[in-house]
Amino acid sequence: MENYIKLVVLGLITLIAAIGANWGRDVAYVVHAIIIMLVSGFLFVRTLRLTDEPVRPIPIDGYMDDVVRAGVIATTFWGVVGFLVGVVIAFQLAFPSLNFEFLQPFGNFGRLRPLHTSAVIFAFGGNALIMSSFYIVQRTCGARLWGGNLSWFVFWGYNLFIVLAATGYLLGATQSKEYAEPEWYVDIWLTIVWVAFLAVYLGTIFNRKEKHIYVANWFLLSFIITVAMLHIVNNLSVPVSIWGSKSVQLFAGVQDAMTQWWYGHNAVGFFLTAGFLGMMYYFVPKQAGRPVYSYKLSIIHFWALIFLYIWAGPHHLHYTALPDWASTLGMVFSIILWMPSWGGMINGLMTLQGAWDKLRTDPIIRMMVISLAFYGMSTFEGPMMSIRAVNSLSHYTDWTIGHVHSGALGWNGMITFSALYFLTPRLWGRAQMHSMSAINWHFWLATIGIILYAASMWVTGIMEGLMWREVDANGFLVNSFADTVSAKLPMYIVRGLGGVMYLVGALIMAWNIFMTVKGGARQKAFVGVPAE
Amino acid sequence: MDTYSFLRQLADSWVLLAMTLFFLGVIVWAFRPGSAKVHAETASIPFRNEVKPGSAEAPVSDAPKAKELQS
Repeated sequence: MENYIKLVVLGLITLIAAIGANWGRDVAYVVHAIIIMLVSGFLFVRTLRLTDEPVRPIPIDGYMDDVVRAGVIATTFWGVVGFLVGVVIAFQLAFPSLNFEFLQPFGNFGRLRPLHTSAVIFAFGGNALIMSSFYIVQRTCGARLWGGNLSWFVFWGYNLFIVLAATGYLLGATQSKEYAEPEWYVDIWLTIVWVAFLAVYLGTIFNRKEKHIYVANWFLLSFIITVAMLHIVNNLSVPVSIWGSKSVQLFAGVQDAMTQWWYGHNAVGFFLTAGFLGMMYYFVPKQAGRPVYSYKLSIIHFWALIFLYIWAGPHHLHYTALPDWASTLGMVFSIILWMPSWGGMINGLMTLQGAWDKLRTDPIIRMMVISLAFYGMSTFEGPMMSIRAVNSLSHYTDWTIGHVHSGALGWNGMITFSALYFLTPRLWGRAQMHSMSAINWHFWLATIGIILYAASMWVTGIMEGLMWREVDANGFLVNSFADTVSAKLPMYIVRGLGGVMYLVGALIMAWNIFMTVKGGARQKAFVGVPAE
Repeated sequence: MDTYSFLRQLADSWVLLAMTLFFLGVIVWAFRPGSAKVHAETASIPFRNEVKPGSAEAPVSDAPKAKELQS
């Protein structure tokens, strides 16, 4: 019976998508309608073939790890794609002729840039978060994922969202909100997927065998709930036509800007920080083989972080039409945020107390430590840049881009890599990763790559800011905008090279994961021998 | 009073007070007597249920059982 309802729904979606492919008013909408038509048509045929056949029983004992395995593969794939696009646009900035004429308008920097940011944040980071939250919530609750195949819907639904978002950017469908570019129907689809994600997560927590909810689950749950709230409020819009991708925002002017940066900064706070801290609070103790340094500190860390982060958004709008009180509020809360951030970093690092020797022998632990170090560094830099006087120099310069990347490449990237190295052998039943020395290579390539990136962006950002504000004796500006652009060329090349190193590291990881999945551990490694 | 001014005043006074008190309450609650034992038990959750659900015993051998020292 359930299958008949599914068939009706899928058939209707296929039909409407086919009509949309015909009547669509813009190319992005037509392409999306065709993608949706093909996906739901495929699911229709698949459901039809299973209907009135003997039902394969869904296993109910044991953990549901298939979806986590799929998540490991998706995270690796999107990571490589996202880093590759990042390298391309980095060199497009250094050498504008790389915006090839024959690729216009699709291969333009302006369209590739949101593809890069969404690919690394939402495709790489999002898949990493979904995958590890499915893994962590099962282990820390001692319960199988709730909802049967609903977690598969979350996985495929989220990746369909990414495909729709990415193709939309290239074809020019965007609502021009940074990190929230997808248009209205893609937003609605993400909302449905996210509610299913929340249901799977909460259902598993309700079924838990442990009395208490481990702190990693608090962070991951706050990430899921807050992202739902941010996504809905920032995407309140009315489509111009049901057959077109264009929509109009409900808010206007400074209210719209404030909503956007309330969303934007909390995407950093709850997607890239709270969610990844949930990963940190599970994987670091596991890899170190000892419980978190102070559980009390982790409780205070959690509450302080969620109480403070939500107010920090206005620091993106210093010296704008936003009222002074609001930007002061954002600045003050950003500075207070320094404390829980460093509390969390110290808690993660001190978990290694008594196991510091592993830093020498275990490249995965080393990756976790460097990721926490970058977390501490970028959460020091961020509050500093939110101070209005500092912001007057740093804002609109490449310093901001350097700051974002030291957080994203250093903290999010490194903790995700270490989680992938932790999970792959366990999920595929191998003793360890195929090559430990390849992890070492990855570690050094990525670390040096980030350092090149961040250092060149500091130099070029501060130089740019100083050039913009330089005035001569008569009060006239000394430099034109083009002067700063030509002065930045060497740093742009260094930044591109840093990106290439980071990308090569990720390719080595992809190879390593592939070899681990394919075969046993052929290469003996030096890990796991305690010096006693 | 229009909605904006009302909400603005409410946020500045009672809501601010309530949230501050809640936050301070959380910290006090974390340090309540007897919490150290609960926290040590909770902090060791990742070392159980590794392979299959509900196998509540068998912590990993090299993991210290509880963090009595830190509290």
